[in-house]
Amino acid sequence: MNNAADKLVARIGDRFGDSVSAAVAFDEVTVEVAATDVLTVCTALRDEPEFSYALLMDLCGVDYLHFGLAEWETSAATGSGFSRGVTHTSSTVSAEGGSDERRFAVVYHLLSVKNNSRLRIKVFLHKDEPMVDSVTGIWSSADWYEREAFDLYGIMFRGHPDLRRLLTDYGFIGHPFRKDFPLIGNVEMRYDAEKRRVVYEPVSIELRTLVPKVIRDDRQISRQQDADTVQGGE
Amino acid sequence: MQIPCRVVNNVSEIRNYTLNFGPQHPAAHGVLRLVLEMDGETIERADPHIGLLHRATEKLMESKPYNQNIPYMDRLDYVSTMTNEHGYVLALEKMLGVTPPIRAQYIRVLFDEITRILNHLMWLGAHALDIGAMTVFLYAFREREDLMDVYEAISGARLHAAYYRPGGVYRDLPERMPYYQTSKWHNQKEVDRLNANRQGSMLDFIEDFTNRFPNFVDEYETLLTENRIWKQRTVGVGVVSPERALQMGFSGPMLRGSGIEWDLRKTQPYEVYDQLDFDIPVGATGDCYDRYLVRIEEFRQSNNIIKQCIEWLRENPGPVMLENHKLTPPKREEMKGDMESLIHHFKLFTEGYSLPEGEVYAAVEHPKGEFGIYLVSDGANKPYRLKIRAPGFAHLAALDEMTRGHMLADVVAIIGTQDIVFGEVDR
Repeated sequence: MNNAADKLVARIGDRFGDSVSAAVAFDEVTVEVAATDVLTVCTALRDEPEFSYALLMDLCGVDYLHFGLAEWETSAATGSGFSRGVTHTSSTVSAEGGSDERRFAVVYHLLSVKNNSRLRIKVFLHKDEPMVDSVTGIWSSADWYEREAFDLYGIMFRGHPDLRRLLTDYGFIGHPFRKDFPLIGNVEMRYDAEKRRVVYEPVSIELRTLVPKVIRDDRQISRQQDADTVQGGE
Repeated sequence: MQIPCRVVNNVSEIRNYTLNFGPQHPAAHGVLRLVLEMDGETIERADPHIGLLHRATEKLMESKPYNQNIPYMDRLDYVSTMTNEHGYVLALEKMLGVTPPIRAQYIRVLFDEITRILNHLMWLGAHALDIGAMTVFLYAFREREDLMDVYEAISGARLHAAYYRPGGVYRDLPERMPYYQTSKWHNQKEVDRLNANRQGSMLDFIEDFTNRFPNFVDEYETLLTENRIWKQRTVGVGVVSPERALQMGFSGPMLRGSGIEWDLRKTQPYEVYDQLDFDIPVGATGDCYDRYLVRIEEFRQSNNIIKQCIEWLRENPGPVMLENHKLTPPKREEMKGDMESLIHHFKLFTEGYSLPEGEVYAAVEHPKGEFGIYLVSDGANKPYRLKIRAPGFAHLAALDEMTRGHMLADVVAIIGTQDIVFGEVDR
């Protein structure tokens, strides 16, 4: 498996040269492509027999705004705990994680039924102009996936035939899966008996963090697993 | 009260209609709203409006530790819950680099296949009911009852099991099944009859089911396979060529129905599927009838896999969860006496465990197709981003193409053949 992944990286390197960068992690191949090259690279990956990725399994957006930012610094907080149900304030996540140029990513998961191989393509997009060419012309299945990414992240797909919202309510404002969109949302709705219609109001509940996000750079789980396998082998 | 009625005398006055189908319609399989542009009774364009069941599962998961997210997986495709969990725990295990004990892998395969039967029973019953065959629905639910009892015995819940955990499964198979008890509705004699096959262990009960089940499948086939009405409603309806099936991102029985031999259990085997003997049914024409035949054959194949798992599980007792207490909780007794176990227990249930930084995609052969989890971790105890690749989403996106040129009544047949469940489409 590992071997196949390395070979795939080599083949991609030979074919596309420096315009893409391919890497292997967890036995999976990830190819980073510039937003301007998406259409040419994807067309080649679908049509050329050595790749023949006929199936677009998945397409999704990712927002890297808070990447690598913890809500609770455990090393500095030996004396103070993180009590349950604290109100989430902006100070818990202050700095900006992703840089402006790499705020958003569009991730494509390709599958080749012919070669039994998977490939992930990542395209990073700028914070102010999250726009990339639509791949609906290459894979029809991209249609709804791109609508979903547009709906949830506000990523624009140039050349998409019908870029409407897909999952959120009619008339929804904002892009809910962005990291700066609060989990509880901005508005709540209820039926107003006097007005005899559904009304929208600013949200009245408070956002609480029950378990803080903690980043620990330890590999204890896999280390112990390695130790177990060594013992088992003896 | 008289209903005002305008008689159209002139044919040229008949225009195209836009028909609103759902979101509350029994054949919409949940909360599908379809806007159909019709020319007479022929569909010109179908525009599904989804999202009425959108709960932002993926966003909610970003705010919870990994283990607390397992129950969310049950609530995606709520008729095949355990395979959803399987996709999620596989992603976690891939990232952690751990492998569950072999017995846990067999138990997972056993329950994956039980889940496949559960899902296909629901599909068969609902699909036949939509097309007008009432009896199949009742038969299918009779068998579902037995399998949901198995679910309940193993996890305590009939549907939302939360049974798979990273590092194994929550508990080993129980030694006995719960019994029915007498009540106002069931006297002693009837209860004895109901409990007759529950006297042994859970494996005995499942084995009894696998012995009965092929006859049940024959019953469904007697009702449908050569049924004239069933064939009129499904043969040649919703035909998808293999090329289009790939283009539209199909997977599972939808892809196999179009003649592409692709099953992750064979092509990218996970757990112990590579050690089991089973076949992959493939359709020829890619219409609703072929997809029906594919799923019927999957009943029989799943039944075989279950039998093989039972045989193995009987002979090979062993642990069902890793003893790695950085990941799995220690036993309750240990926790009472051992300081180290208490600490592990506390850390696991408050903070959870952290995954290394990186991203993985793990997929399982869900009853409906490829169920994938794309997980991005920044080294924290919660997912940074988790994308659920639900098979039904891609299938429903193809509804427009599949229904175009068909009659209104065929829309119902095509929704049925796609096996849509809104929990996973809307997420």
